[in-house]
Amino acid sequence: MSTRNGIHGLLAKARTHATDMVGRMWSGQFMDSMLRPGSPFKKGYTDTPRNRSYVIMNNVLYHLHPVKVKRHGVKLSYTLCLGGLSFFLFILLTVTGIFLMFYYAPTAERAYIDVQALSTDIAFGSLMRNMHRWGAHLMVLTVFLHMSRVFYHGAYKPPREFNWVVGVILLLLTLLLSFTGYLLPWDQLALWAVTVGTNMAGFVPVIGAQVKFALLGGVEVTAGTLLRWYVLHVLFLPFIIVIFLAVHFWRVRKDGGISGPL
Amino acid sequence: MPEIPEELLRRSAEAKAKALGLPVEQILAEMRGEAPVTEVPAESVDVPRPTFVPSPPPPSVPEIPPEPQPPDPASAPPPAITAVAETPPAAVKEPAPAAEEPAPAAPEAPDNGAGNGRLAATVSVRPSVPPAGVPEGVRHQRLLTVVKARAIQQVKADPTDKVNTWPHLMIAEFTALLAMTAFLLVLSTILQAPLLEAANFNATPNPSKAPWYFLGLQEMLSYFDPQIAGVTVPTVIGIVGFMMIPYIDRNPSTRPSDRKLAIMLFTIFLAGSATLTILGVLFRGPGFNFAYPWVDGVFFDDLKDWVDFGGH
Repeated sequence: MSTRNGIHGLLAKARTHATDMVGRMWSGQFMDSMLRPGSPFKKGYTDTPRNRSYVIMNNVLYHLHPVKVKRHGVKLSYTLCLGGLSFFLFILLTVTGIFLMFYYAPTAERAYIDVQALSTDIAFGSLMRNMHRWGAHLMVLTVFLHMSRVFYHGAYKPPREFNWVVGVILLLLTLLLSFTGYLLPWDQLALWAVTVGTNMAGFVPVIGAQVKFALLGGVEVTAGTLLRWYVLHVLFLPFIIVIFLAVHFWRVRKDGGISGPL
Repeated sequence: MPEIPEELLRRSAEAKAKALGLPVEQILAEMRGEAPVTEVPAESVDVPRPTFVPSPPPPSVPEIPPEPQPPDPASAPPPAITAVAETPPAAVKEPAPAAEEPAPAAPEAPDNGAGNGRLAATVSVRPSVPPAGVPEGVRHQRLLTVVKARAIQQVKADPTDKVNTWPHLMIAEFTALLAMTAFLLVLSTILQAPLLEAANFNATPNPSKAPWYFLGLQEMLSYFDPQIAGVTVPTVIGIVGFMMIPYIDRNPSTRPSDRKLAIMLFTIFLAGSATLTILGVLFRGPGFNFAYPWVDGVFFDDLKDWVDFGGH
């Protein structure tokens, strides 16, 4: 490169430097530091047993999956992927739910109007709301089917007894999450479904009235209930369910992976 | 004395024999109580041979041929030590200090009572009474047994047919995930989530229905007293009962043919809850009275946009 004086020379130098730096970042140190050894996205990945192990071992997924799994557990017909799909639906619901939170205020005056606007005005609002709603119904279904699958395989037997208990808690939390979300559109369907639902809780013999009062924040559904259920729905219950999910997944591995073939 | 397993006794004896330089069989006999105990300070093992050999050997040594010694694979005892070890039982029977007395001339002669500062290294067979002159806090060591080192966690993994998670499981999971996303996207594009009129505390819809996953309960409420249907059944059976399943079902087998009762009961539960839910969703009209969906229409607003039944 010829040496030139003045602003042009400086610019050329800066450009060369910048190009160099970007190139280095993406081909060298940056990608190297971002991807752990063995990543299939890394340069020079070859399909060897060693690299296959590295993909899991050097990946955040190692928290979920061991390097090797039983061959029969990989078959789709064994698990129908129901547990995994339940978790994936939970993630989808989190993503779409955060989107909805941008456009929703949990007050009696705003809630209904906001949901209406989501369905009509806001870009992708309708899609997000529909995905959130149908996804929630689907998650209740997949969690329930997952439980049935586990029962029919006898997978709750020792040493997996306690993970079954955790699973029942997860089913309950799923139902509670769905039920608290049911009130949030603040339309007639929401209001009266929740009224009927909480009335059932009121039939609990000794503590029924208190349970109902604590759930509703009063003797009947009010604007206070809306705020209460919103907080439960977006903060408290997801927080609790993530803890139980962590225990659930951890126990799956600690109890010897997926249950044996029948 | 409690019975010590033969294997442990043997191992312990071998170790002790190695430490003392005595034949294993003799130590074994001592441990079993069949032979009197030989008092041998451990220093004799470490003693440099030249200083020890000059010490006058007991008169009985020549009489004992080397043949009775059993073959010791661990270590062939040095001759000087053998001399001490093969002392006739009669001589050894006497208290240790007495046995040591004849050899005061040897500078490195075993001397337990002298307190020569090397007591920590002493392996004494019978240290129950600490000899005089031992400094406070210094204790004799006694070899109880030798425990073979083992891993803290015993790994007993049966060989199983395993495959790499990547790619075999990951690809299946990723496909399922994509399929679910596609399905949900299509569903959400076609079907609009229900949104009725704004909440109105003064207008109770008829019928008022709970979310579908509670409709089975609501259906039961129409048959039973609320105290039974609304409380006992769901909480006791639904929650506690379900959590208790692994502790109630003690049958260890997972083969379907071995657990017909469990499968039957669960299937009854599934069929029952499905029936109740379907009844509640489709077959309940105004006043939660029985209605035929093909005659009176479907009274379930969650399904409002799914199919136009034209009922109401």
